[in-house]
Amino acid sequence: MNRLKNIWTVFKKEFLSFFNSPVAYIVITVFLLFSGWLFFQQFFLIGQAGMRPLFALIPILFIFFAPAITMRLVAEERKTKTISLLLTLPLGNAEIILGKFLAAEALLGVALLLTLPYAFTVSSIGMLDWGPVWGGYLGALLMGAAYLAVGLFCSSLTSNQIVAFILGLGICFFFFIIDKVLIFLPGNLSTVFEYFSVDYHFRNIARGVIDLRDIVFYISFVAAFMIYSIYAVQREDWR
Amino acid sequence: MIEARSLSKAFGPIEAVKDLSFDIREGEVVGLLGPNGAGKSTTIKMLTGYITPTSGSVMIADMDASREILSIRRRIGYMPQDIPLYEDMTVIDYLRFVSDIRQISSTARREKIRHVAERCSIEKVITQSIGTLSSGYKQRVGLAQALIHNPDILILDEPSSDLDPNQIVEIRNLIKEIGKEKTVIVSSHILSEVQATCGRVMIISDGKLVADGSPDELLAKERSDNRVHITFQGVGPEEGIEALSRIDGVSRVKPIEDGRFIVIARKGRDVRPDLFHLAVARDWVILEMRTEQVSLEDVFRKLTMN
Repeated sequence: MNRLKNIWTVFKKEFLSFFNSPVAYIVITVFLLFSGWLFFQQFFLIGQAGMRPLFALIPILFIFFAPAITMRLVAEERKTKTISLLLTLPLGNAEIILGKFLAAEALLGVALLLTLPYAFTVSSIGMLDWGPVWGGYLGALLMGAAYLAVGLFCSSLTSNQIVAFILGLGICFFFFIIDKVLIFLPGNLSTVFEYFSVDYHFRNIARGVIDLRDIVFYISFVAAFMIYSIYAVQREDWR
Repeated sequence: MIEARSLSKAFGPIEAVKDLSFDIREGEVVGLLGPNGAGKSTTIKMLTGYITPTSGSVMIADMDASREILSIRRRIGYMPQDIPLYEDMTVIDYLRFVSDIRQISSTARREKIRHVAERCSIEKVITQSIGTLSSGYKQRVGLAQALIHNPDILILDEPSSDLDPNQIVEIRNLIKEIGKEKTVIVSSHILSEVQATCGRVMIISDGKLVADGSPDELLAKERSDNRVHITFQGVGPEEGIEALSRIDGVSRVKPIEDGRFIVIARKGRDVRPDLFHLAVARDWVILEMRTEQVSLEDVFRKLTMN
C-alpha cells in the first residue's frame, strides 16, 4: 500500500514537472506537427479511410520521442545531485523507477490522445473501421512503453542527458531494425530476431488482432529494462 | 543511537574512509570536522545509506543499515552538501512531495509544512519556485525538508556554506535548539561553527578519526604549556627577564618589544597572580595581561597537517 502510494507520489511529481518545464509542450507540439503532416500527406495519397499511415509512422517517431521524454528523468537528478536526496528518502529504487516510468508513459499517452482528432476527421470523411484504430493505440502505448523503458535505463546510466538520449535512440533503433535485417539470416535465427523486434509485435496489434503473445512480449521487455534501471540508478558517484 | 564499526569506503584505488569506528549517543550534537576531501561527506553518505561501505557496518537505532535501510531513513532527516533541490518546483510543492514520501497524512501535512516553514523562516517564499531563491533561502528549504517529519536524527552536510553572517547565526541557533532533543550530526570545515554548536567534535583526516571529544577536551589536550602575554610600562628586556624567570613554574620568558613579554609556564600553572604580586613589589605598571588562547584552529591544523 505504501509502495503504491510512493509510486503515485513520484509519478505525480514527475508528471507535473514535465509540464512545469518546456519538455511536455515541446514534445507534444513537435510530435503532433510531425505525425499530423506525415499522416495527412499519406492519407490523401492512399485515399483510404484508415489510420494505417499514422500507425506506420509511430514506430519511427517514437524512436526519437521516447528517449527525448526519458533522457532527463534520472540523468538530470544525477547532474543536479538531487538524486542524493531522492535516494536517501524512505523510497525503494523500484518505486522511484516505476513512478518515473509511468509519468513518461502518461506523457506519451497525452501525446497519443491528441492524435485522436485525426481519427475523428477520417471517420467524418469515410467509413472508419475502429477495431484497428483502438488496436493501433493500444499497440502504440505498449510499444511506447518498451521504448521508454529503454530510454529510462539509458538515463539512469549517466549524468549527461545528451548521452542518455543518443544511447536510448541507438538501442531503440536496434530493437526496431532487428526484424528488418532478417533476409541476411538463416531461417530459425530469424524467428528469434523477429520475436525481439518491438515493431513486429506492434504491427500484429495494430492490425487489430490482440494476441497474448505480443502483450507478454511487451510486458517482459519493459520489466527487463525496469530491472536494469533499478540496478543502474543505485550506481554510486564519487562525492 | 549510531554505531559505526570499522567503516571503510574505497572508490577504485582511492580510499576515502579507512577503518572508522565511533558511537553517537542519543541527544548528542556532533561536529564532523576535517579538511576538504578528508572523508566527511563519504562518512555521512554511508550513514544515510546513499552509498554502501566497502567494509564495516552501521547500526542506527538498533537497526542494521545493510538490511533495514528504509526504516532507518524514516528516522533520519538529511541535508546533503550543496543542497540539491528541484529548481522547477515551488517550495510548497517540494515540501508536499517530501511529506508524501514521508507518509505524513494529508490532514497533518498542512500543519507540518506551516510549522517547518515558520521554524526555518521560509514563509515568505513558500509559493516561489525554488530556482528563483537566493542560496540562503535554498539552504533553509533544504533544512525544512530535513525537519518536516520531525526526525530523531538530523544529519547536515556543511550547512552554512553560502550563508551570510546573520543567517549563519540563525542556523546555528536552530541547530542548537534542535540539538536539545535530537541527535544531530553536522559536518563542516568551519571551525567556529562546530565550536559554537557542537558538544562533541570528531576530527577526520585522510579518512581516519584523529580526535574525538568535546571542544574543551580537545583544546586542553593540545595545550602543552600555559602562556601569558604581559606588558609593563618602561621595563627593559634584561630587567624583565631576570625578574620574571624567578617566578615558580616559569620555564621561559620571551621579550617581544619594549615592556612586552611572553611568560611560558608549565601546563596547568597559572602565573597571573604571581605576575601581579611581582608588579606590586617592583612598583611596575601593568598595561596589559592576557593568557594566550589555544584555538580549535590550532588543534585542527596540528592534527590534519602532516
